[in-house]
Order: sequence, then C-alpha cells, then structure tokens
Amino acid sequence: MSKAVSVPSAQWCGQSVERVEDAALLTGRGRFIDDLGVKAGTLHAAILRSPHAHARIAAIRVQAARMLPGVAAVLTGAEVTELSASLVVGVKAPIECWPIAVDRVRYVGEPVAVVVASSRYVAEDALDLIEVDYETLPVVVDPVAALDPTAPVLHEGLKSNLASERLFRYGDPEKAFAEAAHRVSVTIRYPRNSCTPMETYGIVAEYDAAEDAYDVLANFMGPFSLHAVMARALKVPGNRFRLRTPPDSGGSFGVKQGVFPYIVLMGVAARATGRPVKWIEDRLEHLTASVSATNRVTTLDAAVDADGCVRALAWDQIEDVGAHIRAPEPATLYRMHGNLTGAYDIRHVSVRNRVVLTNKTPTGLNRGFGGPQVYYALERLMQRIAVELKLDPVEVIRRNLIPSGSFPYRTATGALLDSGDYVHAFETALRDGGFAELRERRTKARAEGRIYGIGLTAVVEPSVSNMGYITTVLSPEERRKAGPKNGAQATATVTLDPLGGVSVHVASVPQGQGHRTVLAQIVADELGLKPSDIRVVAELDTARDAWSIASGNYSSRFAAATGGAAKLAAEKIKAKLARMAASQLNVAADEIEFSGGRVCARGNPDNAIPFARLAATSHWSPGLVPEENQALRETVFWSPPELTPPTKDDEINSSLCHGFIFDFCGVEIDPVIGAVRIDKYITMHDCGRILHPGMVAGQVTGGFAHAVGAALYEEYAYAEDGSFLTGTFADYLVPTAMEVPEPVILHVETPSPFTPLGTKGVGEGNCMSTPVCIANAVADALGIASIDLPLTPAKIAGHIHGAESAPPPTRPAPVGGKGRTLRGAGEAQVNVPPETVWRMLLDPKTLEAIIPGAHGVTKISDTHFRAEVTLSVGPVTGRYKADIKLSDLHEPRAVTLTGVVTGALGNARGAGRVRLTAIETGTKVVYDYDAEIGGKVASIGGRLLDGAAKVVIKQFFAALVRQTGGKAEKRGFFGRLFGKGA
Amino acid sequence: MKPARFDYIRAVDVAEAHAALAEFGNDARVLAGGQTLMPMLSMRLVRPKAVIDIMHVPTLRGIDAGGSDIRVGAGVRQAELLAWPALGEALPLLKAALPWVGHAQTRSRGTVCGSVAHADPSAEIPLCLLALDASIELSSRRGRRRVKAADFFTGMMTTARAENELIEAVHIPKMQQGAGYAFREFGRRHGDFAIVACAAIVTGTNVRFAVGGVADTPALRDFGAVDGTALADALDAFAWDLDARDDLHATARYRRELVRQMGRAVIEEARRCRG
Repeated sequence: MSKAVSVPSAQWCGQSVERVEDAALLTGRGRFIDDLGVKAGTLHAAILRSPHAHARIAAIRVQAARMLPGVAAVLTGAEVTELSASLVVGVKAPIECWPIAVDRVRYVGEPVAVVVASSRYVAEDALDLIEVDYETLPVVVDPVAALDPTAPVLHEGLKSNLASERLFRYGDPEKAFAEAAHRVSVTIRYPRNSCTPMETYGIVAEYDAAEDAYDVLANFMGPFSLHAVMARALKVPGNRFRLRTPPDSGGSFGVKQGVFPYIVLMGVAARATGRPVKWIEDRLEHLTASVSATNRVTTLDAAVDADGCVRALAWDQIEDVGAHIRAPEPATLYRMHGNLTGAYDIRHVSVRNRVVLTNKTPTGLNRGFGGPQVYYALERLMQRIAVELKLDPVEVIRRNLIPSGSFPYRTATGALLDSGDYVHAFETALRDGGFAELRERRTKARAEGRIYGIGLTAVVEPSVSNMGYITTVLSPEERRKAGPKNGAQATATVTLDPLGGVSVHVASVPQGQGHRTVLAQIVADELGLKPSDIRVVAELDTARDAWSIASGNYSSRFAAATGGAAKLAAEKIKAKLARMAASQLNVAADEIEFSGGRVCARGNPDNAIPFARLAATSHWSPGLVPEENQALRETVFWSPPELTPPTKDDEINSSLCHGFIFDFCGVEIDPVIGAVRIDKYITMHDCGRILHPGMVAGQVTGGFAHAVGAALYEEYAYAEDGSFLTGTFADYLVPTAMEVPEPVILHVETPSPFTPLGTKGVGEGNCMSTPVCIANAVADALGIASIDLPLTPAKIAGHIHGAESAPPPTRPAPVGGKGRTLRGAGEAQVNVPPETVWRMLLDPKTLEAIIPGAHGVTKISDTHFRAEVTLSVGPVTGRYKADIKLSDLHEPRAVTLTGVVTGALGNARGAGRVRLTAIETGTKVVYDYDAEIGGKVASIGGRLLDGAAKVVIKQFFAALVRQTGGKAEKRGFFGRLFGKGA
Repeated sequence: MKPARFDYIRAVDVAEAHAALAEFGNDARVLAGGQTLMPMLSMRLVRPKAVIDIMHVPTLRGIDAGGSDIRVGAGVRQAELLAWPALGEALPLLKAALPWVGHAQTRSRGTVCGSVAHADPSAEIPLCLLALDASIELSSRRGRRRVKAADFFTGMMTTARAENELIEAVHIPKMQQGAGYAFREFGRRHGDFAIVACAAIVTGTNVRFAVGGVADTPALRDFGAVDGTALADALDAFAWDLDARDDLHATARYRRELVRQMGRAVIEEARRCRG
C-alpha cells in the first residue's frame, strides 16, 4: 500500500485561488520577449532556409546581400563552424550536428545563411539577394524506407541511416510467447505532430569580447542540461554563457526546448557583428523547422492467454528523429522505457529500438513526449485482443490492470510506480462516468442505423523525468565508461527581506501554467501567510539564480519537483524562524506555530510576534541571532533517491511519479462526410494530491484539446520528395474551441510517497490517452482493425462510401498523381503546320515570347536552354530561373521537355511531352506533364498548386496560339482544354 | 515574414484609384479589407510596387437596393452585408453562405468584392455570384463595363479583370419569386477553405447547382426539372466533370462523393425552401 505522506496544514493548497499571472495577461501587460525593449544598436536577424530536402550546397553567393545598405553580416556554414563547435550528439556515432547547414542541406527549412541587419525588413530583403547553387540528392522521408540498404544515406559517418539500435529483454518473453494461447499484433504508423505554441521562438543575443562571454535572453524552457550543450558549442565555459528568460512566455508544450540551436546561431551572429542580435521566429519558420514529436513505426505483439490476460509484449519501434539527432533525442524513444507495460501487470517484455534519420526536420520535446506513440500501439493492441478473442474490452483492461495493493510496483522494464489504485479508479470511472448508459446510447444509435463506437484507454502518466533515462540508449558497457547519470535536481529559494516580506524564486521557467500562483499557495501554507504575501519570481538567470541541469519546464515536473523543493525551502527557513521565536517567546521551538501572519506559542495565541517582525530580525539585528540560525535566504536542491541510473540489465526508473488515467468515449461518424463527432468523453485521473483544482482542470482540458488535434486534425505532412506541406495554419489544422468538446473530468487522489507534497504531474496525460481512445472508438464504430492518425474525414469516408460509379466513357481516367506530383494533360490547336510549331519550340526568340514572363532565353545547345522567368498566378508573382532540356526529339512530331525551375518562392522539376499532329487547320498540339513542386509555395499553397500549374501552362499555350497567328476558339475551348465544366 | 518595399497610395476617390492603376498596372495591388493581401505581402508571395488603398473612397462604401439588382460597392465589408437587414429578403443565398466565409474576425475586415477579386476556388462569394447570375462592374480611366460572373472567373485566382481596372461593385439579382435557395459546405474546421461548397437554386422548371472547392473556379450546371434517379445521374456526371484532384485534406474521390451526396441534400433543401 502507499505510505501516508505528511502534508502541511492545507489552507491554500487544494483551493482554486485566483491566478496572480492573469491580471497582466488579461489586460495585455504580459512581458513577452518580443515586447521587451532592446538596447540601442541591436541588429535583427533573418534566416535563409533550404527549399530542398536533400542537396549538396555547391556555392553560396552572398556578396550582393552584404552590399545592401543596412546589412551588418551574412553568416553561412563556413562562418558558423569557424566560431563554434558542433552540438553534442546523444548517441555514440561519428556524426556532427550544426545549427546551420554545412556543405549540405538535409531537410526543408534547414538554415543555410543568416543575415544580420538594421531591421528585419532589410534582413529579409537581403535574403532575396543570396544565391545558392544546390545539387539535389535523393531523398528519404519514410523511416522504414530509410533502413533499406539502397536508401540515400544522410550522414556518411554512419554508413546507413540507422543511428542507434538496441535490443532489450526482460523476464522470459520467448517462453511466454511459446506457451500463450494467442498472439495478437498491431502495426502502427504514428504521424508527426506538434503542440504549436502561440508565441514562436525569440532570442536577443549579446557577446562581450572583453570577457569572451555570451549573454542571451531567450524564451527557452529547459531542460538546462542543454545549457551545457550550448556553452560547449559556443566554446566557452558554462560561467561565460549567461542565459536568461523573459518574464512571460506564450506557451511551449515542450516545443521551446528547440530554440537552443538558434541560441548558438544568434550567439555566433552577435559575436561576428559585435552588436546585440535579435531574432523572432515567424510562423512559417516555426511550422517548418522548429521541433515536433517523432513519427514512429511500431509493431507490437502480445502473448495472450485465452481469458485475455497478457503474458508478454514484444515491441519493435522505429523512431524517426529527422535529419539530425539533436539533443536530447533520442529521448522521445526512451522517456517511456520504464512504462512499456502501461498500466498492466505484464512481466515479460522484449524490445527492439531503432533510431532512424530521414530528410525531415529534427524532432524534439512535445507534450506527451513518447507517451502518445507508445500508448497508441499498446491501447490499440488491447482493443484488438478484445476483438480477436471476442471478449469485452472493459474486461480485457480489468483483467490486466496492476492489482490494488501492489504499490510501489516495479515494472518489468524498471519503472517504480509510486502509488495508485488503478482498479479502484477504473471501477469508479465506469460507475461515475456512466459507462453503462454510454453502451445503451451506442445500442440505440446502431439500431437507428447511425455509425457509433466506443473507445477505452488506460494509461500511466509518468512525470519528473530521470535525467539518466536517456543513457538507456547506450549499452551497459558504454554507460560504465561514461559514468552514471541520474536524478532530477529541483531548486527553490525562499528569501526574507528587511520588511519581513517573503520572496520565492524557482528555476521552473513557466510558459503560462501558473507556477507563481501555486508556489505562493505552498509557501503561504508553510509560513502561515496569505498567498498575496508571497512574491514569486520565475524568470531565470543562469548567472545569478540557483539552477541545475534538470531545471526547466518539462516532464510535468512542476507540482511534484519544483513545488516540493519550494515546500522544503520554506520548511527550512521556518525551522530557523521557529528557533528564533522560541527564544523570544520563551517556549520550545517545536511549540511554535505559524498562522494568520503571526508566530505564536501553541495553546497561547497571545504569546506571539508578527511574522514580518520576526522575519526581519536577521537583517536588523543579526547580533541577536547565532550565525547558523540566521534566516535570510534558503535554497534547496532536491533530487529524489528513487531516480537511479539504468541497471546493468537495462532496467530504468525513467520517471519519479506515475499518475493513472482511464478514459472512455463515444463517437458518432457522419455517414456522408465521414467527420468524427465526439459525443461523450470521460477522463479519470489520479494525479496524486491536487494543489489547485482549477489549474489541474486546465491542464487536463488543454492536454485533451491538443489530443483532439492529434487524433482528428494535425499532421506535419511531407511529400515524397521531402517538401513540407503544412507551412500555415490553413493546412496544419489546430482545433479551435469550436472543435473541442468539454470532457467530463473525474479524480481520485492517491498521494505520491516520493514527493514532498504528495503531488504528481498531470500536464501530459491526455496527450497520451486521448488520441488512441478516440481511435479505438472510431475503429469500433467502423469495425476495422487498422487505423492511423489523423482520422481525417476523407480517410474515414474511404471505409463508408463504398464503391464509386464508373467514370463516364467520354472522359479519360482520372489523372491522380502519387503523393504531391502534379499531373495534367491537354491539347491546343494552332493555325500553322507542325514544322512551324517545331521550329518555334526550338527557337530561343520564340520561346522568349511564349514562355510566360520570360526575360531572356539563352541557348546553351540545340537542346538545352536557360531562361529567367517571372511567373504570375493571380496575384502571386515570383522570379525564377529555368533550365530546360529537350530530349526524345522526333522532328516534327514529338519532343520531351525536362526542366528545373528555381526561385525564392519555390522550385519545380518536371517533364512535359508535346506531340504535334497535322490537321486540316494547322496543328493539333497534345501535351501532358508531371511536376513536383517544393519550397515555400508547396508549404503554404498546397491546395492551389494544381490549379496554378494549369494557369501557367494555359498562359504558355495561349501565347503559342497568339504567336502563330492563330486564334483560340472563344467559349468552351479553354474550358474543354483545362477541364472546366463550362 | 515582412513585406518587401512598396508605395502605399491612399485613394480618396475613384479617379485617384484609376490613375494609380493606369500608372502601375500589374505592379499595383488594390487593398480593400486586406485579409488575403496582407498575409501574401508578408510572405512575399506578392511584391507590388504600389498598394492602392480604396477603403477611403466614400462612393465605394454602399449597398444600393434601388434598382433591379443589389449593387454592393467595393468598400462593403462581408460583415456589413451579412448585417444588412434586407439580406434575407433580397439575397437568401448569400444570407446562407456568408457565415461560412472565414471567421467573424476576418469578415469584419474582408470585403465582398475583395473575395471576388481574389477568386480563390474555394471561396463562397464567387460561387454565389455565379449561381445568381451576378455581374461584376469594372472601371478604369478608359471606361466602365460589366462582366457576368460566368465569364469573370477564368482560372485559379485568375479573373477577366484587366490590369488597369478596378472592381467597383458587384450587381446581384434579387431573389426570384417562387425559387428556393440553399447553401452547404464542408471544411475541416468551421471557417476553413471549403473542401466542397454547394449552392442550389430550385424553381418550377429548373434545378441550378453550383460547386466550389473542387474545380479551379466555381462551376455551375442547370439540370432542368429533374428528380430521383435522373438527378442522381446528373450529379454523378457533374461530379466527374469537375476534374477533382487529391490534396492534403481530401481525395478526388471524396470530393466527388460530397458533390453527389451533399449536392442532393442541398438541392432538396432548396426545393423545400420554395415552400
């Protein structure tokens, strides 16, 4: 059973007190990095980014950009490598990781050059003047394809795209599989998504040449283990890399960990220019090239008894971290290592973990961090077990839950589940959440012919990460050499000022959660004060404040670790004050009570002194207080002893606290549109002791909203050529209040015996439980075995729309392209014979007249042309360079044109085949083309590209018709030509 | 995401706007509500030499119901038209469709004619104008002309407007007696670009059906007085003729199916509205 924990006389904790943060935020007085003033002379940076997923940089010409008035510097890989060192990589592999492309780009959006100028406008003007010659390389975006021996290799040092592979074995999985009655398996392709904070990255970097020291203000959120990575990259000791955070940060959800490579980049820019440099990431940059969750391909097998009890699991996880293993990756894969058996009592586990590199943006922290990927597989599997064994899914969960009374419970893979009563929480949720009624609702809906399903999920929500879990990626031998890493240092400082006021400082770097409110509650309870008596400062300055590598705002560590450290610091100062009071009030120190702003003798409230007066004593009369008892400022560093390094058998207690969540939901699917409507959603939480019920509800609701996004809407989508397709919020669809129903939130409270306040984390659980709960409900509704996120209406409709009518015989078969390849075909008639058309197509002068917006066509050879073109599609106008080659020439009947077009707005490569046939009135020109479009236009205008290509080709043939003196048929000609129903 | 340099010209009357358009031609962009133009400027998708702001031209600001058509000036914001008390009586189709145009925030800035000028293939207003046989009033220093919506939308974000012309107004025929109107749309979230948008006008002798979001421009077809299987066949043929494509949000197959099924529903709704 869980140990009882001592909790302070809770007066404020447990109440939803008003948030001290809100007055400023709700009245527009938040102090975010972009709102803060900068020093006179501060320069502004803009970043040129790769339009290609994989290319060698043959040349970068920056002279014109450097000459632009207002430009202070242009930095490329060459300058950055000179002034810094590669970022440390988390696996043992001969690869480097720079914050800017060095000779080669490996993902769309990778920084290629940084311009530093007098304003962001000028800096962006200068970006347009930089010319980069790319030699494109083959691309791999799929993690399974990346493992193929014939796949293009991203980092030659590795010789393949496999950056790490580890096999683990716990218990006797082979025996369990051999003996089990059933083997049930799922294969999951978990997509990339992100929690997209409202505020993007921001940095103001300075360099002090006299002291060779950096001073950087950034909305970084930790973990501050990355401080060491950044200081090393900037080639200074930690004490010469001062990192500060602004008072407010507009959300993070993990993502603001990913600002750190840019801190290095802007540090270098400040050093190169000798001036402060400010950079605010824009939304296109953020969506394209900040960090996201990993996408993962998981095969999970279970050995199952006839009654549905799971005996063993076999995990095979292929983790796609993108183009670089950027610290702290591959942490997403190992964060859940202790929790691979979820909420279930399963003793035999095998694991094969592979970390793979692909031509996509490097991944990083994101709310849920590894949990969504793991639980999607595990909880889909639990549903499949019920379906395949024809059991009730509720019963399958019930039979496998860790039994009551077995906590703390050590999982097969090493986690020590601190406390809980999963069975009790599960049964309570079924009862209080109305599960029986939900089943009736489904029965009724189905009887009416509606498409309705129910999903369930049980998960363990880990919090307070063990800084040592990531070393599980190393072999025991490698770990022995590197020395043990573990723990989760939390810090808090409580200070008394000369007027007896109490200040609290922590290194938790809040991003909007309300840490300051809760810390005031905790310390007020300890010292018998009101929360309004406590002033909490939460911005961090590594040069002045107490911090350690685990500091920061991640792994839901605040309530358990930071809150606990604040309690301990307050206790420490309270003990000193009590001794001081004891001598003044003539009673023993253990008889002193703190209450109502006074300090008094127990049982004799008149024998008292005001708290403020007592608290000021060490300032005004230190002579009265022995030195060891001076109460001025107390800092506590707290790290729980349970967070031990991985054992030699690779068991790892990856997190300190483990909450329990049991969710169930009912969904209905629109039979025409295929859209999922969440009819009812119940989420039961045991997150230990609750300090602020309103904020807990906020965390659960916020996590749920993110999860609805992951389940139904959001995906960072890539084309097969590595083009990034979701560069705006019109394509990366984040649900709004309109799309997120309110979940029913239930609680049971089992305090954690391992944390000073009995608290656990609660911020990430629904990101883990909800996507798969909704997917289970949709799978139940549709009666299908395999379903991957996001559950888009078009994807779901594929299961309900049935067979389609045949296309009309007059119409050619639909020209569906694979992936984002654009395909089209058409014909035109001109009034001259084929020979004339042929000559025109091969003549630079005519080409100049008929290629839309051509400024100059240069003939390199008879079959090779270069042109500068300005293409307009509606209002969108861009300048491009075109390189066109002719092949398969059958004069005057057929020719193939292969071309590459590049420009600031994007690039295209494609081929067009043109066939000329003599007809009575001249020539019939028949053409077809396919093209792949990348770069900015692909990222922000995906839905318009087909139409845009048609517009440009239409312009070309209209000009050809004009040039030949022909006349396009009036109405209907282009309509027929371009497939419009006129 | 900062625009390239451009001149900002605030026209105080139509003549100034015409003069600026005559001077800059295709190097100018007209700024009305700015809900599309401003993001495009910031992303440097458009780099005009001049931006001509017409929102300070008083004569462009009115809705005129005096004639046989409703004339909506270039300065009329979408929210203004939606709030116009006579809208339901005069233009029931727009009454049904305007709430689907973006969000309340964008409608409070975006203009009716701005949406027409931009000619996004998913936009609701061009779709309604096509279905209603509306016309677009274009003017320049050289003169004035009216172009039928059917001839105006020539391709993806491409219109019959000449580069020196200003869209001064749209003229929308008033509701016909005895006709029923209906509008439906599906986007991933409310306010998103339509994956399929449908408008129907049903009279005693005809079913008119228009679709947005599928082809490069809004598309229209008059089915005649069809019903039952004949209507299903007509919708099926139209769905195929729209030449739907796959994109990130939906497959071509999905779009065709929505044209068939949502199309039938919207036509039936319009039929009921004849009442």
